[in-house]
Amino acid sequence: MSDDLIELLLVGLGQTIYMMAATAIVSFILGFPLGIIMAITDKGNIWSHIKVNKTLGTIINIIRSVPEIILIVILIPFTRLIMGTSLGTTATIVPLSVGAAPYLARIIENSLREVDKGKIEAALSMGANQFQIVTKVIIPEALPSLIRGLTLGLISIIGLTAIAGATGAGGLGSYAIRFGYQRYRTDVLIGTVVLIILLVQGIQYFGDSLAKYINRKRYKYE
Amino acid sequence: MIDISNLSKVYHTPYGKVTALKDINLSIEKGDIYGIIGFSGAGKSTLIRCLNRLEEPDTGKITIEGLDINSLDKKSLNKTRKKVGMIFQQFNLLDSRTVFDNVGFPLELDKVPKKEIKERVEEILDLVELTDKRNAYPSQLSGGQKQRVGIARALANKPDILLSDEATSALDPLTTYSILELLKDINEKLNITIVLITHELDVIKYICKNTAVIEQGEIIEKGATNDLFINPKSVTLKKFIEILSNFQENGCYQGGDGI
Ligand SMILES: Nc1ncnc2c1ncn2[C@@H]1O[C@H](COP(=O)(O)OP(=O)(O)OP(=O)(O)O)[C@@H](O)[C@H]1O
Ligand SMILES: [Mg+2]
Repeated sequence: MSDDLIELLLVGLGQTIYMMAATAIVSFILGFPLGIIMAITDKGNIWSHIKVNKTLGTIINIIRSVPEIILIVILIPFTRLIMGTSLGTTATIVPLSVGAAPYLARIIENSLREVDKGKIEAALSMGANQFQIVTKVIIPEALPSLIRGLTLGLISIIGLTAIAGATGAGGLGSYAIRFGYQRYRTDVLIGTVVLIILLVQGIQYFGDSLAKYINRKRYKYE
Repeated sequence: MIDISNLSKVYHTPYGKVTALKDINLSIEKGDIYGIIGFSGAGKSTLIRCLNRLEEPDTGKITIEGLDINSLDKKSLNKTRKKVGMIFQQFNLLDSRTVFDNVGFPLELDKVPKKEIKERVEEILDLVELTDKRNAYPSQLSGGQKQRVGIARALANKPDILLSDEATSALDPLTTYSILELLKDINEKLNITIVLITHELDVIKYICKNTAVIEQGEIIEKGATNDLFINPKSVTLKKFIEILSNFQENGCYQGGDGI
C-alpha cells in the first residue's frame, strides 16, 4: 500500500459525489416535470394529450437507447456551448444529466401511474382541478414508490459517473482505470470498488429507510 | 331536482360498440332516496357517473336544479361538483392522509381556512361516529369505517346531492345496514337527495323511496319502491325478487329478517 492511496481515493470519492449530486439535481429538475407530464397526458388520464405523450415518449426512448459513452461524445459541442469546455468533472455533468433525465422521467412516470384511478376520480368528483390532483393526490400517494424509484435512479447515476470517468472526467471510475488498470495499482482498483460499493449501499439504505418510514406511518396497525 | 332526458352513451371499444345507456328518462325529486338497480353490466355506474360528468354522455340532457350539467365549462363544472358528493364501492380514500385530513380534503381544495376546516371536520366526524379515529390512516380502518370516512368526506362541502355507487357492496350485511342507517339519517337530518345504485335488492327495500330498474342500458321499470315490489313487471325485477326469496327459503340468508 502506498502513501498516496488514501488521498487518491478521497479525491476520487469527492469528485464522484460531486458529479452524482449535480447530475441528480439537474436531471431531477428536468425529469420530474417530464415524468409528471408523461403520466397525466396518456389516454384516459387527467390531462389527456396523446400527441404530446407520444412525442415526448419517443424523444425519451431515443435518448435512452444511446449508450452513455456515445452520448458523451455526441454532446461534446453542446457541452462546450454550455460549459465553455467539454473536459473535466464539471463539464461532464451536461452529458450525464442528458442521459439520466429521461431515465428518471420514466421511473417517475411509472411510480405516478401506479396511483389508483379511483382516488383520482374521487378527487375529480370533489371538483379538484388538474394541478390539485397532481400535487395533492398523485404525488403524495405515490411518494414511497417515488422514493424507491429515485434511489434506483441515483444508483444508476453513480454507474454513469464511472463511465464518464473512463473518458477522463475524474471520479472513482477514472482513478480505477488510470491507476488501477493502466498502472497496475491493485490497491487503487480495490479501494475504488470498495468505495463505490459503500456509496451504493449507503444510498440504498437511506432510500429504503425513508420509504419504509412513510409506509410505516401510513400502514402501521395500532 | 335532477332531470335526465333522452340520455344515451355508447362506448367504442376495439371489439365494437357497447351501448351502455339507451334513451334514459328519469326525474328525481329533492329529498328523495332514489335507487337504481340492475344486474352487472346494466349501465348503473355509467348512469350515475354521467350525473357529475365523470362520464360524458353522447346525447341527452341532465339538469340539476335547472342547471344544464353538460353545457358547463370546466370551472363551473368543478363548482357544481362540490355540491354533488359521491361515495364509492372501493371507498377511494387517500392513503397519504389521516381520517381527519381525508374528510378535510374537499375543503382544502376550496382553500377554506384551517380553523374552519377543523370545525367542520369535527362536526362531520361526530355525525358519522368516527371521532376517535381522526388520526388513523385508512389502512387502519375496517371496511365499514372506511365507508363512513367516504361519506364524511362527501358531506364536507354540504352537498345537495349524494351519489352512491355500490357503497355497501364490499361490506358484510351488518355493516351494510349501519351504513344504510347513516344514509337514511343524512337524508332526513340534512335533507340531502341521495341517488343510490346497487345490485342488492335488500338495499333498495331498506332505504329507497323510489326505484328504477335498469337492464342493458334501458330503464325498464320505475316508481315507488313499495309498488314495484308488490307488482313487479320486468323480468329483471322478478328475477331479483325470486333470487332473494329463494335465498331466504333455503335459509342461506338470514341478515334481512327484520325488514
Ligand atoms: N370505459 C369503458 N369502456 C368500454 N366499455 C365500458 C366502459 N365502462 C363501462 N363499459 C361497458 O358499459 C356497460 C355498462 O357498464 P357499467 O359499468 O355502467 O355497468 P354496471 O351496471 O355498473 O355494472 P356493475 O354492477 O358490474 O358495476 C358494460 O357492458 C361495460 O362493459
Ligand atoms: Mg358499476
